[in-house]
Amino acid sequence: MTATARRRQRRAAPAVARARSRVPRSFAVPAALAVGFLAIPLVGLLGRTPWGSIGAELTSPRVLEALRLSLVCSTGAVAVSVALGVPLAFLLARVEFPGRNLVRALTTLPMVLPPVVGGVALLLAFGRRGLVGQWLDRAFGITLPFTTAGAILAEAFVAMPFLVITVEAGLRAMDRRFEDAAATLGAGRWTILRRVTLPLIAPSLGAGVALCWARALGEFGATITFAGNLPGVTQTMPLAVYIALETDLEAAIALSLILLFISLGVLVALRDRWFPSA
Amino acid sequence: MFRSRIRLAAVLAVVALALAGCGGDDEPSGGSTATPGELKVFAAASLTAAFTEIGEQFTSANGTKVTFNFAGSQALATQIQQAAPADVFASADIANMDKVTDLVGTPQNFASNQLQIVVEKGNPKNVQGLDDLANPDLKVVLAAAEVPAGKYAAESLAKAGVTVKPVSEEDNVKAVVTKVSLGEADAGIVYVTDVTAGGDKVQGVEIPEELNVLATYPIATVKASKAQDQAQAFMDQVLGAEGQQVLKQHGFLPPPTT
Repeated sequence: MTATARRRQRRAAPAVARARSRVPRSFAVPAALAVGFLAIPLVGLLGRTPWGSIGAELTSPRVLEALRLSLVCSTGAVAVSVALGVPLAFLLARVEFPGRNLVRALTTLPMVLPPVVGGVALLLAFGRRGLVGQWLDRAFGITLPFTTAGAILAEAFVAMPFLVITVEAGLRAMDRRFEDAAATLGAGRWTILRRVTLPLIAPSLGAGVALCWARALGEFGATITFAGNLPGVTQTMPLAVYIALETDLEAAIALSLILLFISLGVLVALRDRWFPSA
Repeated sequence: MFRSRIRLAAVLAVVALALAGCGGDDEPSGGSTATPGELKVFAAASLTAAFTEIGEQFTSANGTKVTFNFAGSQALATQIQQAAPADVFASADIANMDKVTDLVGTPQNFASNQLQIVVEKGNPKNVQGLDDLANPDLKVVLAAAEVPAGKYAAESLAKAGVTVKPVSEEDNVKAVVTKVSLGEADAGIVYVTDVTAGGDKVQGVEIPEELNVLATYPIATVKASKAQDQAQAFMDQVLGAEGQQVLKQHGFLPPPTT
């Protein structure tokens, strides 16, 4: 489809939708309530923002430190998720193996698991006395709790499923005939992956990375439970908001505002994928 | 018919929303005649075990159900400032009670507490006192400076002239005990009562009197409460002989006499 044709189709779409919409008119009321319910808290946040002192709040060492750490940890979590999650998504989408559904269920479990429970589970697995952790400690002298690596691990645990399921969906939706054609022309597996498959699933991969990163950035429960709370080491933005809320409401609002704008940024970046006709 | 019913429901929803929106303005700030069968007590995390027991006594004596919100006193004070529905507030320090002084009745001190070093059972790292906590090989967890227990610990360490680099600053004092009992941390500074409540996975190391801090616990009724009578009754229960006995059993000291 050419760009012009796509634009034409886009413009035509609303008219068709209007003619066919048989939505009860009274739906407008609960729908408006839903929008209000979702939007009013954001208005509340903006309304209480101390705009006069926000510059000072945003550049205070505490905020900058939390922001830097949040960027480091969420990027680290995305790196771990891409390195391990993308191959997993390929296996789930392409290879029939026994227990595949079980593996998929396990993979998505952290999405529905309360993050605090995830944190406890991580402690029992990777803590100093944990299943894997005690071995790591004995063999290498590595302990993960209370370290930045631990915070990255906690965030990756919670965020990786978002990447895996998005990439898997992209792989399933893609037209495999392009790969078949490449194979007939003599391309090897790695060449096909690099030159055909990855470019074709690039939008899914991008969306998966963005979702995964946003989830990692917002991670709270698993992080504070597993990695603890120390400024500059494990105190990421959400933890700093939570601690600040108890003593300094203005600082908490300023930090919340940063997270709000970052989240909005992710949404805007994803708009073509999620709101293709808007 | 069906559509009009939806419309009615929607109108009701809007009215309910509007009413809820302006509810906060005209709430009575004093004694009300309502007699709800439930009392909400916001209490410092260190009071968890003792207050749960006092709450059971109170319920069996008065028939009023008590629900607790246990957290760091600083978190509770913030919640009360944001108009959380509390009837009674028990803080682990005077400072957080002072933060809500306009929102509560006259506070009364009902207990005091002292600090101890909490270590794993058997004290595998052989911690003998505050000086040992400066050892960089030791993983020390403290409560955050915002938490009363963290503030007291800092005072005690300052008295001893010891600088500690904690691996984590936990959000409430119970989390410190948890990290030690899980074996993640080697030592922490908590209240004597938390070591008692921590069970058989942890033990305490005494901090000498001259380096210790006396934490004073005040309790007060919340002015916005609609159950003033029950709130006062609960406060009396805590201050009375029965409540004091429970607190003593859990390792609390009597309130300072001054």
